[in-house]
Amino acid sequence: MFASSSASQPSRGERERVRKRDALLAAFGILIFWQLLALLIDRPILPQPLEVLQAFVLALPEDLGRHLLVSAWRVLASIVVAVVAAVPAGLALGLSPRMDRLAAPVIYLLYPIPKIVFLPIVLLLLGIGNLSKIFIIALILFFQILVVVRDEAANIRPELVASVRSLGAGRRAIFRFVYLPACIPAVLTSLRVSIGTAIAVLFFAESFATTSGLGYYIIVETWGRLAYDQMYAGVMAMSLLGLALYMAVDRLQHRLAPWLAVS
Amino acid sequence: MVRVRGLTFAYAGQPPLFDGFDWQVGRDEAWAVIGPSGCGKSTLLYLLAGLRQPGSGQVWVGGQELLRPRPETGLILQDYGLLPWATVAENAALGLRVRRFYGPDGRHAPREAKVEKAAIGQQVVWWLERLGIAHLRNKYPAQVSGGQRQRTAIARTLAMQPDLLLMDEPFSSLDALTREDLERLMLELRAETGVTTIVVTHNIEEAVYLGQRLMLLRQPPHREGLLIENPGGGQLDYRQHPEFQARCSDVRELLGEPTVTGGKGTRA
Repeated sequence: MFASSSASQPSRGERERVRKRDALLAAFGILIFWQLLALLIDRPILPQPLEVLQAFVLALPEDLGRHLLVSAWRVLASIVVAVVAAVPAGLALGLSPRMDRLAAPVIYLLYPIPKIVFLPIVLLLLGIGNLSKIFIIALILFFQILVVVRDEAANIRPELVASVRSLGAGRRAIFRFVYLPACIPAVLTSLRVSIGTAIAVLFFAESFATTSGLGYYIIVETWGRLAYDQMYAGVMAMSLLGLALYMAVDRLQHRLAPWLAVS
Repeated sequence: MVRVRGLTFAYAGQPPLFDGFDWQVGRDEAWAVIGPSGCGKSTLLYLLAGLRQPGSGQVWVGGQELLRPRPETGLILQDYGLLPWATVAENAALGLRVRRFYGPDGRHAPREAKVEKAAIGQQVVWWLERLGIAHLRNKYPAQVSGGQRQRTAIARTLAMQPDLLLMDEPFSSLDALTREDLERLMLELRAETGVTTIVVTHNIEEAVYLGQRLMLLRQPPHREGLLIENPGGGQLDYRQHPEFQARCSDVRELLGEPTVTGGKGTRA
């Protein structure tokens, strides 16, 4: 009578395999579409996938690989900085209505501002090195994560906290066993959603006043020299970076928040 | 076990629920507190659990004045209070893990209760088996029924070997059959562990079935409850006794409810 209803559903492993197959099929479809478009247009500004792949493989051990690593490091550092700053701040706001009342109007005003417009100022203040790029991306991610963590913490049912307190949990244990695990999925979801924005901002920030990164490679080194094959290789590298990060967060969510996959 | 003296409590901006309230619960007793919703019976339980502090007066539990939740007191709530992100086994282990987290500091965990990591697993499995949910250990709360969730919460609480068990409408979200099932189970577990129990409920049959002593709360503010001796309470087959129905009618009348015939307890 109370037999669990999950027996009839495919296991998680099965579901993942199906998804992988679908993703490969979709990638294949996109490549075919690209190939057809390249044949149709037949101009150097749209090379065929194989030519680009060749250029990618050739350029990777040379300068492209270095630029890719620099860009990857900048995004990863931004993510770490944003999570480390936003999670405690979000928890603090979610747990303290008084602090939230003070901060909410400020966040309300700052949240919709496109932080990228501060780039010139950030460049002036923090210089043209890694720091300015990491700062601007972290700033964007910070607000995304802050808001979801705050809402998640504020929405935890007081009965749940009361029952865990009755087990002897004080502030530290409540934090460790309730609030922290409760906000993990929200953090990962907000990361997944904002990785596209992060990379777009990175591209923009790297496209001038710098000498490294995929943005620089695409805009200055290749587009500027009309080296279309290499330019597309750079675009491909940037796409792969985004895809890899997206998939990494997805995997992390499966690992850290497995209960979301079953309910 | 529990001594309440001159307890006064009011929620901010509301008339007091308790005004100089006195009550005493002896060791090993089985109490049921019954009253209409809003009469303050859940608040009383939260006060006994140390989750709320009295405006004035004192609550003594286990020989000490209660100033914060006491590690030897177990609490079971209507909505189970399970972590949605933890499996049945992880939820059942939570209390022991909290104890291990603090160590035997006498404040969050009893001073003599040193919890070994390996022992947590063993004790949890034992309790999951005792409650008949060992096969669900890797399921999440959302994947099991309400009765199984409450069994998980009971396992979590009893694994900590409490000497006082407080239950707030523990079975009110469950269907009648599951409810009677769990009521019987609670009587068995009480007999096995000898834990002092206080159950708060608005269900008259449940109160009369579980409580050897009943306290009726009517309209607040309360100075004292109306106490009723119910020596038959706590027996597994009490529902079949004619005395059970008579007692339920008494209580119903005292609470000012219209007497209806054939409560759902009769056909158990």
